[in-house]
Amino acid sequence: MLREAMTEAGLDPDSVEVREVDTDEAARRQEFVGSPTIRVDGADIQQPPDGEPTGLACRVYRHRDGRISPLPDPQDLSDALRAAVAS
Amino acid sequence: MGIDLGQRAPDFDLPAHDGERHVLADGDAPATVVYWTCNHCPYALAWHDRMLDVARDYADRGVRVLGINSNNAETHPGDSFEAMGERVESDGGWPHPYLHDESQEVASAWGAERTPDLYVLDSDLRLRYRGAPDADYEDPAEGAHWLRDALDAVLDGREPERAETEPVGCTIKWK
Repeated sequence: MLREAMTEAGLDPDSVEVREVDTDEAARRQEFVGSPTIRVDGADIQQPPDGEPTGLACRVYRHRDGRISPLPDPQDLSDALRAAVAS
Repeated sequence: MGIDLGQRAPDFDLPAHDGERHVLADGDAPATVVYWTCNHCPYALAWHDRMLDVARDYADRGVRVLGINSNNAETHPGDSFEAMGERVESDGGWPHPYLHDESQEVASAWGAERTPDLYVLDSDLRLRYRGAPDADYEDPAEGAHWLRDALDAVLDGREPERAETEPVGCTIKWK
């Protein structure tokens, strides 16, 4: 999903850096609120709510049509990547 | 551990979000749905409304539905007993009890793995279906039809045509 979106945005899909967060301490250190978290130039593509606890959990995303999903809305991902390209 | 199809489910006695205790062996429901869920798992949340709809739709046929949260609240405070009650309250109530398995002994005895993870029991509390609510957490139109098919079969005294599916969701957060 991410690599396809990167290709569509004109980015090199091989430039993805995959990080495994496997301890609560690592989650705290990296302000990791769940998997998957996608950051573009360090910025989360969907900023988590204030006070969201860090930890080893699945991430909750809300799609534009209101549905809850373990994955971000493809359009949100696409918009974030295109904004990064534009900047 | 775990339970096989046709095997009687292990009994439990667990507190619900409202402080009441619920014993599996109590009552005389023609069918019982026991499912593992929690507050934070996106799969459980995605299927949540469908599960509540099943509880409402089958209530007049006497089906008993029990949701259980077994997650470790120390590492996942959003799944604490207090948070369970707050969630039900903020939802304006649920049509079924939301039970807390703090020791995780029930999840272990049943072999529950994920949220959600569903078990449909017949009137003798023997397992007739185990798995997911339906084929796609992303599609509300699926309507938990695997679960409904299993319930319809049990209520009609038949074996479900689809007795086992793969549970899909986050793993239970063990201590």
